[in-house]
Amino acid sequence: MKFMDEYRDAELAQKFAREIHRITTRHWKIMEVCGGQTHAIVKFGIDELLPKQIELIHGPGCPVCVTPLEVIDQALEIAARPEVIFTSFGDMLRVPGSTTDLLSVKAKGGDVRIVYSPLDAVKIAELNPAREVVFFGVGFETTAPATAMAVYQAAQKKLNNFSMLISHVLVPPAIEALMSSPNCQVQAFLAAGHVCTVMGYEEYFPLVEKYRVPIVVTGFEPLDILHGVLLTVQQLESGRAEVENQYARAVTRAGNQPAQDLIKKVFKVVPRKWRGVGEIAQSGLGLADAFAAFDAAKKFGLADRHVDEPAECMAGLILQGLKKPHECPAFGRKCTPEHPLGATMVSSEGACAAYYRYRRHDAAEKAVVK
Amino acid sequence: MNTSNFSAACPIPISQYPHVLMAHGGGGTLMHRLLEDVFGKAFSNPILDTRHDSAQFTVPPGRLAMTTDSYVVRPIFFPGGDIGSMAIHGTVNDLAMSGARPLYLSCGFIIEEGLPMETLWRVVCSMRDTAKKCGVQIVTGDTKVVDKGKGDGLFINTTGLGVIEHAQTISPQSVQPGDAILVSGDLGRHGMAIMAVREGLEFESTIESDSAPVHEAVLKLLEADVEIHCLRDLTRGGLASALNEIAEAAGMKIAVEQKLIPVQEQVHAACEMLGLDPLHVANEGRFVAFIPAKDEARALQILRGVGVSAHAALIGKVVEKAAPLVTLKSELGVSRILDMPSGEQLPRIC
Repeated sequence: MKFMDEYRDAELAQKFAREIHRITTRHWKIMEVCGGQTHAIVKFGIDELLPKQIELIHGPGCPVCVTPLEVIDQALEIAARPEVIFTSFGDMLRVPGSTTDLLSVKAKGGDVRIVYSPLDAVKIAELNPAREVVFFGVGFETTAPATAMAVYQAAQKKLNNFSMLISHVLVPPAIEALMSSPNCQVQAFLAAGHVCTVMGYEEYFPLVEKYRVPIVVTGFEPLDILHGVLLTVQQLESGRAEVENQYARAVTRAGNQPAQDLIKKVFKVVPRKWRGVGEIAQSGLGLADAFAAFDAAKKFGLADRHVDEPAECMAGLILQGLKKPHECPAFGRKCTPEHPLGATMVSSEGACAAYYRYRRHDAAEKAVVK
Repeated sequence: MNTSNFSAACPIPISQYPHVLMAHGGGGTLMHRLLEDVFGKAFSNPILDTRHDSAQFTVPPGRLAMTTDSYVVRPIFFPGGDIGSMAIHGTVNDLAMSGARPLYLSCGFIIEEGLPMETLWRVVCSMRDTAKKCGVQIVTGDTKVVDKGKGDGLFINTTGLGVIEHAQTISPQSVQPGDAILVSGDLGRHGMAIMAVREGLEFESTIESDSAPVHEAVLKLLEADVEIHCLRDLTRGGLASALNEIAEAAGMKIAVEQKLIPVQEQVHAACEMLGLDPLHVANEGRFVAFIPAKDEARALQILRGVGVSAHAALIGKVVEKAAPLVTLKSELGVSRILDMPSGEQLPRIC
């Protein structure tokens, strides 16, 4: 396929890999922030091409995985209401809440529908004026403009039967939280290319300054990731810490200005709880006061819900890069994609699911050796 | 959709009954007219025409194969087929997977009250034409009408009977280390065609379902005395599920290569966009064949000579008798597990 096969070329991949081998002299821990990158790394076996000294740590960049349990529970409660049409991206449907998931709510008669764009949910609201239509707005800065546009359009159309359960999160505060943690082992970041198509990469300069950590904006195809790793290792080996843009074919320094304007108009920056990580200051987007009427949690009186996470699941340690999925005692035994204990096993972008789908036999062997 | 053979003239005057009523399943004159004017007229053959409670026929000598499947596809009409053609192809293909020559079908219709009579007639005409092309006769059937809201327009069940004229044992237990693994064509088109229509996804060109009968291709292999160890049609769960099921049943390790597996470019693009894997997506006219290495080249040549399997390809081989495992060599040359999909395919966020 054009514009994709070029970035999956085995020979070029080997060239990048050889160069990384050639320049690597020490052990380096590099975190890929985005779940899409984790998925590509495991699917294509990119880490197998790297020298043993390069350790890729799978970061908290899967929006499904970091949506806190209490928000999932709110979604389940809203979706079960008879007057509600609950709309969501597909991979949120299997995420377990405290007791059930959206697929089970649907099976019991809840009107739960998969949409491909938040704007589809607005259309559904227009077509069903007697029903309450709720969209589950999750994701990083990548999906935030579309969510913002849906709220904006609903306001323009004066739809009062449309609302959103929002759990949008932001990447730079998460990197900051990781770097400021005393346990932090990460020495460099591959920043999520798609987030940067929207936001640009100005936000990373202060982080690079403050923590002396290389940040390389990286794409999602195998050659992108290998190139990103190469740029990162070059910086690490030469003692530099800079912002670099590997994904220049899609990302500019300033990003997508109209999209950012819309986000600023519709949302405000709020503290946000991350599943497995805890609350991070100023790390989420909530509706701006002018659009507060579209807040589903408030509309359905669920805003004050708090839920503890199950102790067995070590998704938090995995999202922070402190453990690998196969180091979890529940991995592949009590916790599988069919019966996930935590969200990292649910989404195809989740680190545990990626390991389970592509690696569990290796992982089992490694665990035995240990 | 094949419209050339489709006769728009519904035999039940539309002005009189434009929609199916509960009474069409009630056992009275309306039901009688529906059976006679729609099903009886379209499917007419000497066995069905006796109008007996059960079909009677003499079977040729040999082993028999029997299979059943229910069809609930939505939308009823989609690019490349419809629920009727699929109900014939699917059951014919299940018979073909044991190397049987398909002979007779039964079909059961569950119709939701209010279904346009025109729609029913189109589906029935499609089944008539498809059965004719496949060389099978619909010899018995049943119709039920359910209340509005208790069905999704139309459900069809078909049961098929075929005769096995060969002496081979086609089953996972016959699979041997060293067997070549062939697929009969490009993968993922049916599932993506349905998803594109159902979800209103627009691509540059329409993705057409691969729904088609594959028995001719299989019978050609058997006629040429190609040794066949196992066959499996690649419906729900796609290639990944079929290979995992066979690896499990045979107790074998199987290895396939990504770059050898044919996938149409637009299917590939649609899957990339939605975060799906073409190897997990459903097909309706594709199968995988396990063939001993000695017959591999001949099998490929024969398959490529039949329209439905013109793009057949060798995709990998059975490695050894071992703990069941399917591996896929990525484009980068690194092997990883090819797993069964977990439940329904859910498009991802971004």
